[in-house]
Amino acid sequence: MSVQTDAPTTLDVRALGVTAVNRALRALPDGAQATLVEVRGAHNLAVGLTNKINITINGNTGYYVAGLCDGPDVTINGSVGWGVGENLMSGVVRVRGNASESTAATAHGGLVIVEGDASSRAAISLKGGNLAVAGNVGHMSAFMAQAGTVLVGGDAGDSLGDSLYEAVVYVGGKIRSLGADARVEELTEADIAKIREMCAAAGFDHINPENVTKVASAKQLYNFDALKNQRY
Amino acid sequence: MTDHDDITPALRESATYPTEMISHIQSMSRSGRYEIRGWGAKRQVPSFDDLSFITASLSRYPLEGYRERCETKTVLGSRFASKPLELDIPITIAGMSFGSLSAAAKDSLGRAATAVGTSTTTGDGGMTEEERRASKHLVYQCLPSRYGFNPEHLRMADAIEVVVGQGAKPGGGGMLLGQKVSERVAKMRTLPAGVDQRSASRHPDWTGPDDLTIKIGELREATNWEKPIYVKFGATRVFNDVKLAIAAGADVVVVDGMQGGTGATQDVFIEHTGIPTLPAVRLAAEAIREVGMTGKVQLIVSGGIRTGADIAKALALGADAVSLGVASLIALGCNSPYYESDGEQIDVTADYAALGTAPGYCHECQTGACPVGVTTQNPELSKRLDPELGARRMTNYLKALTMELTTLARACGKNDVHHLEPEDLVALTIEASAMAKVPLAGTSWIPGQSF
Repeated sequence: MSVQTDAPTTLDVRALGVTAVNRALRALPDGAQATLVEVRGAHNLAVGLTNKINITINGNTGYYVAGLCDGPDVTINGSVGWGVGENLMSGVVRVRGNASESTAATAHGGLVIVEGDASSRAAISLKGGNLAVAGNVGHMSAFMAQAGTVLVGGDAGDSLGDSLYEAVVYVGGKIRSLGADARVEELTEADIAKIREMCAAAGFDHINPENVTKVASAKQLYNFDALKNQRY
Repeated sequence: MTDHDDITPALRESATYPTEMISHIQSMSRSGRYEIRGWGAKRQVPSFDDLSFITASLSRYPLEGYRERCETKTVLGSRFASKPLELDIPITIAGMSFGSLSAAAKDSLGRAATAVGTSTTTGDGGMTEEERRASKHLVYQCLPSRYGFNPEHLRMADAIEVVVGQGAKPGGGGMLLGQKVSERVAKMRTLPAGVDQRSASRHPDWTGPDDLTIKIGELREATNWEKPIYVKFGATRVFNDVKLAIAAGADVVVVDGMQGGTGATQDVFIEHTGIPTLPAVRLAAEAIREVGMTGKVQLIVSGGIRTGADIAKALALGADAVSLGVASLIALGCNSPYYESDGEQIDVTADYAALGTAPGYCHECQTGACPVGVTTQNPELSKRLDPELGARRMTNYLKALTMELTTLARACGKNDVHHLEPEDLVALTIEASAMAKVPLAGTSWIPGQSF
């Protein structure tokens, strides 16, 4: 391994191990570029980083790639396991393949892009971050999402947006079912502008911003009222 | 007139429907909702009170109570963390959120913990500047809700506690009713102010012990393997849960018994789930021993710990440390008939009455109308707790607890509180004997074991 400030750094995950790779990434100065190779589905790659670096990961990763990050931009040339970009604070995380469960879970900021499909509970408990999925998302996506935006180019599974707070979900395809307290709302000009902005950031050209379904909270569960027969 | 005409029959309360149950049923029939309240289980359960120390006599000799040193230093997180927590006493402050507690209460607890060299813990809702500043040793919780969870705070913490559950509501999520979701609390949790906040009961990005292994790995990677990682759960299937937490890589296991408190949850949860702290500590210690981790993985026990005797008994049964929740709030003034202002005692019994309760009985933390300023977000009520006074009270309490603990340890002939052992104890009831696996006093009998 050689860590240089003036040339891209290549890190062999198989040879170095995850901890050494993360330490090497953490040591890079802002503006540096790093490429991870021989990834072989490793978990916890590029987590908790705060430096503004560009990381390319060549291969499929395990859980939590780019989790807890606040700075770097990360591109994964492969598919990812659970919790890609979990609790992201800033930066762009791009998955060229598919993502498993809990994509962008609890993300506070930044943008997670999945060019394939994302499995169940995508954007669960989202707290202000943004998730753009070119394909489909699984059941219980945007569950308890508090703030931020979710853009789905394909279809959404069962119980979309269950117990939503202030986050908004846009779906280009079909919605199998809505979760408790989620409802379809009319698109506004601001919504269309937001979708355009996300499509541009994600590089999606297959979504018509004026032809998506907006899902937001009906806000009927914000306060407990037994007389309304709420599903509480 | 016959002999029995002047006898008034005694009122006969039903064991099945005592007055409290009649009130409970009628309350539900009127409101259509379950009771939500604070504190922990109020029912009588087998507890540390059912044990007694068999201190030194002829067969053992004691240490001089006022002269010989009895060590209380406690190290937590020595298994994997490069910077384990070194505490002066084995008594820590449990996780309680800013939101559930007032900023003054959190501040008081942090200052007191620092004064006596122990740790305090954040809660559901994240870390406040005040508590970080006040606390020398601060444990940062990673909860299912992840409200306010911030990687920067993770790095600022001295240890990390992954909360799977708590004793008051194992299997349930947290709750903070709208009256306590102030602007500041709402902002910290990314929620609209005034909503009835219902936390998730499961973590959003992992399920089960295999996933937990990876999650712990992520937290370690994000903090450069420096910080001890605790795993906390409510006491249910303790033996298996402890072994799974250890297998997942925990440095410290925290077991919270059914007497453990909460700021708000359903009464049905508080009273009808989990097992008491007494059997929980013994089961957890057995599990640690079975996997060969005694001395490597530390055990913290909480749930109704009130006195130095409780702490000594928990340590004797295998705990390395204890955590205080409700007891620490009581030390700050919870359930006191007055609060103090400029040295004056201001009576607040009318405020308790307005909540339908009285000092000594109050568990109305969920209302946010705490008469003594401990569990409130109301700015006026919060002023009733002076953080300096609160810190002084809590410091005194922690010191007194430590003195009680060392008094008992010395009397058992121990020069270190961690040397207390099950052999120092007997049980006063058959139930406690069976749960703690120490002999019934005056016998060598432990139920479930051969004579």
